[in-house]
Amino acid sequence: MKIWHYGDNINTDMLFPGKYTYTCSKPEEIKPHLLEDLDPSFAKNVKAGDLIIAGKNFGCGSSREQPVVGLKAVGVNAVVAESFARIFYRASINQGLLLIECPDAVKAYSEGDKIELDVNNGKIVVGGKVFTFPKLPKEILAIRDAGGLLNYTREKLKNK
Amino acid sequence: MSTTFTEKILAKYAKEKKVVPSQIVTVHPDHLLTHDNTSAIIEKIKPDLEEHGVYSKNLPIIVLDHVIPASSEKIAVGHKAVREFVKKFDIKNFYDIGYGVCHQVVIEKGLALPGQLLLGSDSHTCSYGAVGAFSSGIDRTEASALLLTGETWLKVPQSIKITLRGKLPPGVYAKDVILHIIGDVSASGASYCSVEYHGDLDQFSVDDRFTICNMGVEMDAKNSVFFVDNTTKKYLTSLKISSSSYDAIYPDKDATYTKELEYDLTSIVPVVACPHSVDNVKPVNKVKDVEIQQCLLGTCTNGRVSDLKIAANILKNKKVHPNVRLLILPASKDIYDEALKEGVIETLVRAGGVLLPPGCGPCLGAHQGCLAPGERCLSTSNRNFKGRMGCKDSEIYLASPATAAASAIYGKITDPREVIKK
Repeated sequence: MKIWHYGDNINTDMLFPGKYTYTCSKPEEIKPHLLEDLDPSFAKNVKAGDLIIAGKNFGCGSSREQPVVGLKAVGVNAVVAESFARIFYRASINQGLLLIECPDAVKAYSEGDKIELDVNNGKIVVGGKVFTFPKLPKEILAIRDAGGLLNYTREKLKNK
Repeated sequence: MSTTFTEKILAKYAKEKKVVPSQIVTVHPDHLLTHDNTSAIIEKIKPDLEEHGVYSKNLPIIVLDHVIPASSEKIAVGHKAVREFVKKFDIKNFYDIGYGVCHQVVIEKGLALPGQLLLGSDSHTCSYGAVGAFSSGIDRTEASALLLTGETWLKVPQSIKITLRGKLPPGVYAKDVILHIIGDVSASGASYCSVEYHGDLDQFSVDDRFTICNMGVEMDAKNSVFFVDNTTKKYLTSLKISSSSYDAIYPDKDATYTKELEYDLTSIVPVVACPHSVDNVKPVNKVKDVEIQQCLLGTCTNGRVSDLKIAANILKNKKVHPNVRLLILPASKDIYDEALKEGVIETLVRAGGVLLPPGCGPCLGAHQGCLAPGERCLSTSNRNFKGRMGCKDSEIYLASPATAAASAIYGKITDPREVIKK
């Protein structure tokens, strides 16, 4: 598992350039351009199970969901950040991409540290130190447990 | 009572007596805004639409504005799919290419009213606080779900109260105010929060309020709002909307805020947001003489007649610097029309401006006005992220229309007060 480490205010243009927004919507079209203007090595080398750790306001900017769809499609296990921008946060719930907001864990991290996740118990271990993060509210967990918002919506429509 | 604007409006839409911050509520918005991304949104739910149809043909507002006229076959196919969807499901509020940027169209067609709740799959949906509505951005997938069910969840945010005191000096505009605020609180300064504006607000037209609310998302606000006053009423009357057709909502005097900030407007100066973040704000004098190759005047942030007029007054009988390309991007067809009638377009074009169709393209590097490596653009838009205008090795500075016009004349970032003085 590789840990990709980035700073504050990683915006949606860095995660997926705006010039592709209206020509790339499907996961396979998105993948080669992920993080293109931030870290050209990311799209080439990212593997399923990798983790992103970043600072404040991750995902700020546009409402474009391609970064979330792309990160989910390449199998990024979770994004751990000090905080997330709100539209990106919602988009991740809707796609079932795991986000962990835990400023202390991010501050404790230094290059080379191992990170372990225990999502069910709300725990993250960084370089041997244990940090906790709050559980999502039940309304939100229901969307994630259904495998994302569209599945959740389809179940809801079926039961109507 | 001690209730904020956003708590009141979310309680109303959740059909609850009172809601509190962090509570999760289910709401049915009055409208759902989508644009060129409608094709991707409906593609996700093709079979579901066949089976269930749309929740209501009055819910969507669809405006084609991001890549117009279509720049390629792929884009044209997307636009065509949107038109077919509109026809098939008899969508009531559809604006094809040329009407303008979606947010401007929503406001000037009277589709966002005081006390209403609107969501849109565009981050600058937060603009409609300019007329006392609650509005916020969502992603495409959520827009798909809303098309089918008409409902979604919102977390009740805490609110920040921003009080603006005193009168803005000449040469300083609403854009300078909001950039100054974002520079102060940072790009995450209003994360997950609602922002209310209070104080000496008579000096701010609905156009100015639009600029300020539009940029709320650049400090990560969920929504921003100016409360209905005589300025709002007059504006809505001009759209033939009577006060009996909306329900103005005001916060309680003793409402509880997570943060209260006050700004002295008399001390604000023209500013620019420097590359590559909107909160990297400096007084224009600190970056003057930085050479520019392109100027973008317009967009949903600053593309109204009042903005174009400010620029035209500066550019009248002058020429754009030979090293600069001045792009004029009116926010809508109605604005274009009025600016034509008033001779504003004539002035700008005679000065050397290049007129673009009302839309979004250059602002996000999606269509026209792309930059080359090493180039700098001074833009009246809302974002200066690296690569935003199509090239990661270029730079974008954000400023008011006055600063943009003055800078276009001299080919370098220029304090508009120096030009207005002359």
